[in-house]
Amino acid sequence: MPVKRFDKTPMPTQVAGMRAHNFLEVNEGYTEDHARFEAERCLRCQDPICVTGCPVGVPIPQFIHAVALGDMQGASRLLRSANPLASVCGRVCAQENQCEARCSLAGRFNPVAIGHLERFVADWERTQTQEAKPQITRTEKVAIIGSGPAGLVCAGELARLGYSVTIYEALHAPGGVLRYGIPEFRLPKDILDWEISLLTDLGVKIECNVIIGRTLSLDQLTTKMGYSAVFIGTGAGLPQFLGIPGENLVGVYSANEYLTRVNLMRGYSADADTPVAHGESVAIVGAGNTAMDAVRTAMRMGASKAMVIYRRSETEMSAREEEYHHAKEEGVEFHWLTNPLEIIDDGNGRVSGLRCQRMVLGEPDKSGRARPVAIPDSEFVIPVDNVVLAIGTTPNPMLTRTTAGLSTTPSGCIVADERTGSTSRSLVFAGGDAVSGAATVILAAGAGKRAASAIHETLNPG
Amino acid sequence: MSRIVETRQLTPVTKMFVLDNRLIAESAQAGQFVMLRVHKDGERIPVTIADYDREAGTITIVVQAVGATTRRVDALDVGDEILDVAGPLGSPIEIPDGGAHVVGVGGGFGAAALLCLMREIHAKGNTATAIVGARNQDLLIMTNELLGVADNVEICTDDGSAGMKGFVTQRLAQLIEGQGPGRPDRVIAIGPMAMMRAIAATTKESGIKTMVSMDPLMVDGTGMCGGCRVIVDGKSQFACIDGPVFDAQLVDFDLAMRRNKAYAEQEKAAAERLACATAEAV
Ligand SMILES: Cc1cc2nc3c(=O)[nH]c(=O)nc-3n(C[C@H](O)[C@H](O)[C@H](O)COP(=O)(O)OP(=O)(O)OC[C@H]3O[C@@H](n4cnc5c(N)ncnc54)[C@H](O)[C@@H]3O)c2cc1C
Ligand SMILES: Cc1cc2nc3c(=O)[nH]c(=O)nc-3n(C[C@H](O)[C@H](O)[C@H](O)COP(=O)(O)OP(=O)(O)OC[C@H]3O[C@@H](n4cnc5c(N)ncnc54)[C@H](O)[C@@H]3O)c2cc1C
Ligand code: FES
Repeated sequence: MPVKRFDKTPMPTQVAGMRAHNFLEVNEGYTEDHARFEAERCLRCQDPICVTGCPVGVPIPQFIHAVALGDMQGASRLLRSANPLASVCGRVCAQENQCEARCSLAGRFNPVAIGHLERFVADWERTQTQEAKPQITRTEKVAIIGSGPAGLVCAGELARLGYSVTIYEALHAPGGVLRYGIPEFRLPKDILDWEISLLTDLGVKIECNVIIGRTLSLDQLTTKMGYSAVFIGTGAGLPQFLGIPGENLVGVYSANEYLTRVNLMRGYSADADTPVAHGESVAIVGAGNTAMDAVRTAMRMGASKAMVIYRRSETEMSAREEEYHHAKEEGVEFHWLTNPLEIIDDGNGRVSGLRCQRMVLGEPDKSGRARPVAIPDSEFVIPVDNVVLAIGTTPNPMLTRTTAGLSTTPSGCIVADERTGSTSRSLVFAGGDAVSGAATVILAAGAGKRAASAIHETLNPG
Repeated sequence: MSRIVETRQLTPVTKMFVLDNRLIAESAQAGQFVMLRVHKDGERIPVTIADYDREAGTITIVVQAVGATTRRVDALDVGDEILDVAGPLGSPIEIPDGGAHVVGVGGGFGAAALLCLMREIHAKGNTATAIVGARNQDLLIMTNELLGVADNVEICTDDGSAGMKGFVTQRLAQLIEGQGPGRPDRVIAIGPMAMMRAIAATTKESGIKTMVSMDPLMVDGTGMCGGCRVIVDGKSQFACIDGPVFDAQLVDFDLAMRRNKAYAEQEKAAAERLACATAEAV
């Protein structure tokens, strides 16, 4: 292998020119040789700082050492003990800001590819037959609201502790953003289905099409239905809009709507009933992971011009490094320091263009990032057929609006203890995006895991 | 999954279904809707809860076959299962606490939605009046059922084949002037967007509080996509969680009507695909 010891072993990928037109996974995954070679790069530090960068405390050097020795069984046991969604996190975590940022090799050399190794081990595990262990040993029942990463992890942890767990999900399929948001080319749905099958094998029940706060109330769960505790992981799925003229023209989508039409409703398949626009020229506003997913989806839906429009610069964007890199390779155009002012009507109520203004970076703002300031007389129009807004989401209000005594912040987040997830209602816990506002998969998973321990301690102290 | 326990063809394009779904039956209220999906690659479509029976554990829906998905529903019969039924979604209609004359106006499948609304209005000690209209007698739906739950049922047909000859708006205007069951204290309209806009215009001068049940295109029905946004009082509102019922005088109907035509071409293609597939199967 022509790889220098100080470089990361590259992840094999589909060729950019080809993958930009299909929905197959971009990263093809390490072979065992790649993985063992990469694992050998780990210095096995006495005091591994990488672990402090992991929100769920994966025993990183230990699992990597097991990979280096070829002990995949051991590696997968170590990994899964800390991260119940390893196959997902190995694909979607921003390792460059977390574990890999703190790797001793980072800085002078390239950090160990912890994320790629995590993915390798989790994928190896998927090829093994799982020993099914009949689990429910306790009398207490716990209800989980929402089946995103927070809910799934909380459910899995409680099931392993012997609780009888039921997940209630509003949509017709479980997974939260992992199902409807993150596209197939980044997180194949087979992998999500496999993770979910591990839970159902443990005895976790999943009831889809049930909206807590509408179909059943939180009070019904805790009284009539006999749940001893409830975990709320309802996410932050409510899309925000810019409030600029033209936002309601036909052809303007929130990223959630665009991605849902394509992912959850299978709009990428010609046979699906759910329609979705196939614009020639598509502009995505925003530069986070959601924007990258939307713009790369637009390419795959046949756009000849797919653009990211962002009012700040490359330095301030929040997308994962790998996604940005892949998007550039696939031919996505990036318009930095460009602020959308108006979406232009073609005269028939449809989008024909995006009027923008150029910006420069000024003093830092509240978020600590340089504030973009408009350059006078710099307006111009980009002709587009579709505009997709990926400018953030807030917590879904279906539950909080209909539930008494559940404290929320002014921005609609559920107030919950950072360490335990306990809320203003007794025996009701919460975590993930519903508490933090839109964040990350691993933070949601970590919150679900901590809440599961807190629920266990509350129900069975000592 | 929800099993269909009863069906009735109401008009050549409208069919009533009674679905076995205890959870929804127990929590449904007038003004709410369900999201249906009929096959594994199918879309999610919103359908109003026309009625519910908490004891029997059933809900009633009325579906008008207009495109691919509604035609798939239309083809189902007693004993068939509907793959996904989620609800009740949306906020219930706010009903006065008694002593008010509340008029519900229904057009198309909207007439069916008046069933549980009239019952709830009456049960709260109000006078419940239903105004229903259609082009002719054969297209009127649910009038007998409405007679059983409303205090007054006013029928209008374009050709005069049943009830008054004229539009529902004309009958409503007469009521506002004090004719028939008299001036309403509140009006709730459920039906085609054009009808609801005409109702809004009819009550505008009178100052009578008027609500309309908006039916924008929806994807999830849970607040997650924003595709159902309607502009109310200049502000963007999500019909599936903030509505679907809004103050008629504040709704931007022009925009709402334009947005509902967004996918006209692709919908036609989906319907044609379905028609071809059905033809092949025969
Ligand atoms: C397009 C996109 C790309 C992303 N990419 C990344 C990435 O690369 N890396 C990363 O770390 N993070 C990424 N994120 C963020 C990450 O997906 C979220 O932070 C994470 O999914 C939050 O998990 P959660 O469990 O809190 O909520 P969610 O995943 O939002 O799940 C909440 C679930 O609760 C359900 N629900 C809501 N209300 C109710 C109710 N009343 N009753 C029943 N069910 C209800 C919802 O339908 C949903 O299924 C991305 C997000 C998006 C939108
Ligand atoms: C809150 C709400 C409640 C509803 N209640 C009912 C109900 O009780 N019974 C019922 O039959 N329908 C109801 N609808 C409308 C129903 O959801 C649509 O007719 C359905 O989605 C059409 O799907 P389709 O695939 O069959 O047709 P499509 O192929 O999607 O559309 C066929 C034609 O109908 C038009 N159309 C599609 N959706 C709508 C809509 N929402 N409003 C107006 N025109 C539309 C299209 O522009 C197109 O011309 C409701 C809609 C909403 C939002
Ligand atoms: S239908 Fe998606 S937000 Fe209302």
